Amino acid sequence: MAISGKVVELDSKLVSFIDTWKGRPGSEIMILHKVQEVYGYVPREVAMEISREIGIPLAKIYGIITFYHLFKLKKPGKNQISVCMGTACYLKGGNDLITEIEQLLGVGVNSTSSDGLFSLELVRCVGCCGLAPVMVINGKTYGNLKKNMLPEIFAEYRNKEEGKANG
Amino acid sequence: MDKKYFFVWEPEKLKQNQMYNAFSKVINEKNLQEKAEVIKSLFLGLTADTPVVKIMPEGNIYKGFAESDVETIIDNALNGKTSKFTCECGNKNSKVPEADPQSKQFKIVLRNAGYINPESIEDYIMRGGYSAVEKAVFSMTPDSLIAEVKASGLRGRGGAGFPTGLKWELTRREKDPVKYVICNADEGDPGAYMDRSIMEGDPHNLIEGMILGGYAIGSSQGFIYIRAEYPLAIERLEKALTAAREKGLLGKNILGSDFSFDIELRWGAGAFVCGEETALIASVEGKRGNPRPRPPFPSVSGLWNKPTFINNVETWANIPVIVEKGGAWFATIGTEKSKGTKVFAVTGKVKNPGLVEVPMGTTIREIVFDICGGINNGKKYKAVQTGGPSGGVIPEKFLDMQVDYETLQSIGSIMGSGGLIVMDEDDCMVDVNKFYLQFSVDESCGKCAPCRIGGKQILEILEKITKGNGEEKDVEKIKSIAMAMQKASLCALGQTTPNPVMSSLMYFEDEYMQHIKGKKCSTGKCKDLVSYTIISDKCIGCGLCAQRCPVTCISGEKRKPYLIDQSKCIKCGECYAVCKFNAVSRG
Ligand SMILES: Cc1cc2nc3c(=O)[nH]c(=O)nc-3n(C[C@H](O)[C@H](O)[C@H](O)COP(=O)(O)O)c2cc1C
Ligand code: SF4
Ligand code: SF4
Ligand code: SF4
Ligand code: FES
Ligand code: FES
Repeated sequence: MAISGKVVELDSKLVSFIDTWKGRPGSEIMILHKVQEVYGYVPREVAMEISREIGIPLAKIYGIITFYHLFKLKKPGKNQISVCMGTACYLKGGNDLITEIEQLLGVGVNSTSSDGLFSLELVRCVGCCGLAPVMVINGKTYGNLKKNMLPEIFAEYRNKEEGKANG
Repeated sequence: MDKKYFFVWEPEKLKQNQMYNAFSKVINEKNLQEKAEVIKSLFLGLTADTPVVKIMPEGNIYKGFAESDVETIIDNALNGKTSKFTCECGNKNSKVPEADPQSKQFKIVLRNAGYINPESIEDYIMRGGYSAVEKAVFSMTPDSLIAEVKASGLRGRGGAGFPTGLKWELTRREKDPVKYVICNADEGDPGAYMDRSIMEGDPHNLIEGMILGGYAIGSSQGFIYIRAEYPLAIERLEKALTAAREKGLLGKNILGSDFSFDIELRWGAGAFVCGEETALIASVEGKRGNPRPRPPFPSVSGLWNKPTFINNVETWANIPVIVEKGGAWFATIGTEKSKGTKVFAVTGKVKNPGLVEVPMGTTIREIVFDICGGINNGKKYKAVQTGGPSGGVIPEKFLDMQVDYETLQSIGSIMGSGGLIVMDEDDCMVDVNKFYLQFSVDESCGKCAPCRIGGKQILEILEKITKGNGEEKDVEKIKSIAMAMQKASLCALGQTTPNPVMSSLMYFEDEYMQHIKGKKCSTGKCKDLVSYTIISDKCIGCGLCAQRCPVTCISGEKRKPYLIDQSKCIKCGECYAVCKFNAVSRG
């Protein structure tokens, strides 16, 4: 079922992106990537609005979102930690990193810490296997990691957040 | 008869088109339009301060001539003779990848990566880039281009090793006027980054390959299906596409010819199965990436039901050199049935992990020990895994085997896309295979039962074995589930999921048996099968292990043997690693 009335006002960047892609075959995944870039995940109202805008049933949009691992339906933490679980990182102790992070931040895999500061997810090979084990925070890559390096790295992000709150 | 093309390039600061006009004038005055044509060249892959002409199809380059010499140059060319203005720099600049006997590497695909600014199309052109497009469009028919690719013996670098020229020919034969070419840049093998390096280090090489592919099958639209996890590669490719359009290398009437072609990017969204070609096509169409049965093959009915061919990034990156230097040249490199080079991403327990490009037929010993410096920390080699979660292991006894598609298959592994993971004595085969199985189970799209259920069953058996509950009949069970998956799964993901286990059972069955019968994991990776104890005869009571134990379960008095409280020990192995007196035993 396509949706008829307007559901929510979309971000203007997203609107112009949709305008360039609307009507081009195979645009659904590209548009969802843009949604996620703008909002950090795919909020339900936005999915509904997209369904209306490009004339594709909501069920089909959800079918796509749930098929692909990168699309998220839940709002992620302010800082997104992705620990690599590719083969090279696994052999070099990626598992131990995860256990350590879970303990340090009190956050489980695919969930967000109670203060909303960090969320943790596992990814498959970020393509820097030479630096294994690897973790990525907000797009920044940390390689050759050892467990004892973690507290300092997280403190940096905490401090940034406090700086923002105080300044 | 063969027509000659005169590509004239003139430095901008000189009077516009002076030489171009001179060539046109001679051709028109002598009525040579049937035999000769002059083309304004954007570049010839060289830097010069005077006009340059390159004559195709021979490829002779002349410089330092005057307007009055033009007539002689044309006459000579039409009579199969050369003129005296040979330009040396042109030869130096043309891409001549060479073997480096010292490093044992041979760079074709990676010839530019690291040597040029990947964001500069001029840099690429300077190294001879896009001259293959020029050559193809003006002096080769699509059929002759396909013939070169066939003669080169190039086979797909995405895993299966299908002959590239044949795939092109099948697609060319289809009558439909609309056809598509696709680059598979989904690079799904977890532990491999060859394609990423090509796209980030030399994006124009890939684009040039695709233009040539489009010309060969008569397509006007290409797509690059790229992992969204590679933002830098996406950015560089977008920039490169724009630069190529500005130079008239993409878009309508490429270089003034009647061939038109353009390329668009489509992003993946984190689903390994989308590397499979029918799933990839569904994903480019904007749908869920479920594979579908073949036939029909994409060469007959692919993207939007049009004839389509898909090649891997590295496959594409070989094409410009093949067109430039000829299929016969390419076929001199490699082994009898596997031609050219292969890029490997060597990772794991190796001293110098990194990308290497070697001729087909290079041995694992040369790759791991000579090029990458051997095993890290003086440990012992155990095995190398190629083909990732669809591949298998290469044990020590095959270190000196020449690596190519056939030899790898004969020992139960595959070439794969180029991931080469080195394992040492500390890696447990059962544990590693649990990892691969978990990966395949997570990535199964769930469409067909053998893959969805079979994968889980094998994984459960492996988990049971690593927990110490394995039974001898488990090995037989794994083998029979594997057989069912290989025969009945819809796509290659399910068919190849059992490969790593089967291959490791072939060479390391005793290690499985040690877990199953002896309830032991000699590497200590399977925590339920290991315990740490301090040998009182050897312990001098230094206390180091007690300091390091994360759960403080080691206690003792200085200079007396220490003791581990087994009920608290989490089997992290820290004590085993730090004791300098070999007083901690693992068993
Ligand atoms: C589950 C699965 C994943 C695959 N992943 C990739 C991939 O990431 N990159 C790739 O080039 N080929 C991949 N392939 C192989 C492609 O289906 C296809 O054979 C290949 O892109 C053809 O190109 P080539 O002939 O140049 O190798 C995969 C196949 C399967 C079954
Ligand atoms: S074999 Fe696995 S991945 Fe392939 S179609 Fe079947 S369930 Fe999906
Ligand atoms: S480190 Fe070794 S020698 Fe020292 S107390 Fe521990 S077991 Fe004994
Ligand atoms: S294995 Fe780890 S937890 Fe157990 S005694 Fe040794 S250091 Fe402590
Ligand atoms: S396996 Fe972690 S970056 Fe490749
Ligand atoms: S995981 Fe076992 S030898 Fe261990």
